[in-house]
Formats: sequence, C-alpha cells, structure tokens
Amino acid sequence: MKSCLLVDDSRVIRKVARQIFEALDFACEEAENGQMALEACQKAMPDVILLDWNMPVMDGMEFLRALRKMANGGESVVVFCTTENDMKHIQDAMANGANEYIMKPFDADIVRSKLIQLGIVEG
Amino acid sequence: MKPEDFDLFSSLVKQRSGLVLSKDKSYLLESRLIPVARKYNLKTLEELAQLVRTKRDEAILHAITEAMTTNESFFFRDTKPFDQFKKLLLPELLRTRAAKKQFRIWSSASSSGQEAYSLAMICAEEAAKLQGWKIDILGTDISTEMVERAKSGIYSQFEVQRGLPIALLMKCFSQIGTDKWQLKEELRRMVQYREGNLLTDFGPIGVFDVIYCRNVLIYFDQPTKTRVLEAMSHVLAPDGVLFLGGAETVLGISDKFKPLENERGVYVLANRPDTGMLPKGRGTGVAPPVGSSVFTGTSSSASISA
Repeated sequence: MKSCLLVDDSRVIRKVARQIFEALDFACEEAENGQMALEACQKAMPDVILLDWNMPVMDGMEFLRALRKMANGGESVVVFCTTENDMKHIQDAMANGANEYIMKPFDADIVRSKLIQLGIVEG
Repeated sequence: MKPEDFDLFSSLVKQRSGLVLSKDKSYLLESRLIPVARKYNLKTLEELAQLVRTKRDEAILHAITEAMTTNESFFFRDTKPFDQFKKLLLPELLRTRAAKKQFRIWSSASSSGQEAYSLAMICAEEAAKLQGWKIDILGTDISTEMVERAKSGIYSQFEVQRGLPIALLMKCFSQIGTDKWQLKEELRRMVQYREGNLLTDFGPIGVFDVIYCRNVLIYFDQPTKTRVLEAMSHVLAPDGVLFLGGAETVLGISDKFKPLENERGVYVLANRPDTGMLPKGRGTGVAPPVGSSVFTGTSSSASISA
C-alpha cells in the first residue's frame, strides 16, 4: 500500500483529501503545518506529500526546501495544493523541487489525473 | 413530463444527433431542457413541446439537441490513447509519411477541444522530429457553442488541471485574469475546429491518417454505430488508425474494422494492406521477418502499456 502525507492547516481540507487518497488505496497521515510534516517525514518518508502553501509555524515552501535537503528527501513525490494560482508561484514551486501543482479548489478527478500522470496510480 | 412530450423530444434528439434517450433519462431531459424553455420565455416543457410541434424553428431544434449532448472532456483523457499516439503512432507516421511529410488527424465529437489540443501539444513537444512537416488536426462537434469554446482555447482553472501536467500548463498556456487559462496561439493555430454532425455526410473532409472517436458511440443505438463506423472507414487512410473509447468496440457492430491486438482501443481497417503504418505483425504478437529493419527504433507495445 502506498503512503501519503496530507499537509494543510485546514482540518476540512485534510478530511476531503483523505477521502480522495483513501479511495485510491493510500495509507494517509496528516500534518497541520510544515514543521509537523518534517517530523512525520523524519519518522517515515511517505510516497506522496500533498502540500498546502500558506500555513502557520512553517509554510509549504519552507517545508519543501527543508525536505529536499534531507538525505532521503528526494524520494517523496510532492504535490503542492494551494489557493496560490498565479504563474509565479507555480514556477517557484517547481523550481524548488515540487513534482506537481494543484490549484484549489480541487476534486477527486484532478488528484487522480495528476497521480496517473506522475505514474503513481494506474490509469 | 407527459409521455408524448418525452417521445417528441427524444425522437428529435435521436434524429438530429443519434443520442438515444431511454425512458429513465426523463429527469436528465427535464433538467437540461428547462433552461432552453426559459431562454424562449416559456414556463414549462409542455409549452416548449407545443412550440416544437407548431413551429419547427431551426434555432429551437438546434438548442434542444445541443442541450442534450454531453460535453465532458479532459486533457489527455484516459492517458493511454495519447501515450499510444506518441510512442506507437508518431514513429510510424514519421516513417511511412516521410516522402510527403504530412499527416492528418481527426478528433471527432471534439467537445471543448481538449483531445485535439492534447495531440497538438504532443506534436509540439516532438517539434524537432517534425521540422518541415505539415500536420493537420481537425476537431468537429455538433455543438456550435462547443466549437466556439474550443476555438477560443480558453479553459477554467478546473479544466486545465484535469489530466494536464503542470509542466505543460506552464509551457503551453497563458493566464487570463485570475482563474482562466488560454492555450498559446501557436498551439491553437495547429488545430482547426468546425461544426460537424457524425450522422450526416461528413462533406469534403478529406482522408485522415488517425481518427479519434472516443466515448461517442456509447450514446448511439446499434444501427447508428454501424453507420458511423462505415462512414469513418471511407475517410481513413488504408493503413490508418481509429481510436475508440474504453467502453466501445467494433465487435458485432462493424466488419469494416478490427482491433489491433495488444493495443486496447486501437482499431485498423479489416482489409488494411500488409505494408504502411503498423504493418502486419506489428502489435499482433507475430514476430517480424528476420532481417527486417522496419521495427527497429520504435517502442514496443510492452513499453506503451507500462
């Protein structure tokens, strides 16, 4: 079973995302900010990280930079999932090592199609 | 809805678009046609039915048909038909059309244009190999509104995320305002869209090397499916390829086509020549003759299904 870490300060978003990922057969963990996400990754590196940008304590971009510096931090596929929807943010995210980018609001079709494109879920 | 009104609308839609509406689709018919009635300042579908009976106004008949057709579409929908195009067909087209340096693709029932534009994006990515080539991509749809939308190349934030990798969004689209994205002009120019009805004569449409007709036949009854496939067999190059949707087949419907073994959703003419694109043995599990160089350098079917 593939694992997934859902990082978002909104409990509602984490719940919606969990339903989508569980339907795709992922084992899900949750974190409500970048700091907690880093701690989760130190314990066990997930296959996929769904990552919000704007969060208290540590935001998504800070988390991503820290993750990619970890010894095994290149193993996870990082999918940003944020309300930031302009080209500049998208380019920054990709330049800093994100693998995909979802602009909120999102739905199961969007998540599934992105995971198929990434080769993580079968089409 | 009165049964006679349901019959009136469903036979009108069937006759004009081929779409079969069974009795259990009464709710769908109501929900889609109420906005049409409103547009003509009518309060009920009964009044709309009355208007259709008394005055066969072409604009109203068109609006009713258009409202009933399904226009769901994704970029790179189902992924595989596009992988097959890129890895299996494109190398074959490059090889077999090398003298003419030209090929034509038809996205039939193109809806809001994502299928045809996805193919254009693949060709653009392979531009280095296609230098000096003339590539025609035609998208046709029964809906005036969809053809106009497709031509604009403008999609909502939702639409550009379904199936489209972010790398291609960054490369091929420009943002308009806060939540719309438009395909860049050089890509829009690669595709021509126009209105077309699969039930009527295709007109001077020419011959295609590749036809995509996915998730269209499922809406038709069997005689209509047979008729459409027959018509398509006349506009497909002898060694051309037809793509159908995942839930569609030619088996028991048409003897003009046969499935290409090991390539789900890909069909070729039943009487295709032994030479040309995907020559005999290709994709059928039969090994090529010893010494043949035809197959070298192209991807195997195994890598496509991966």
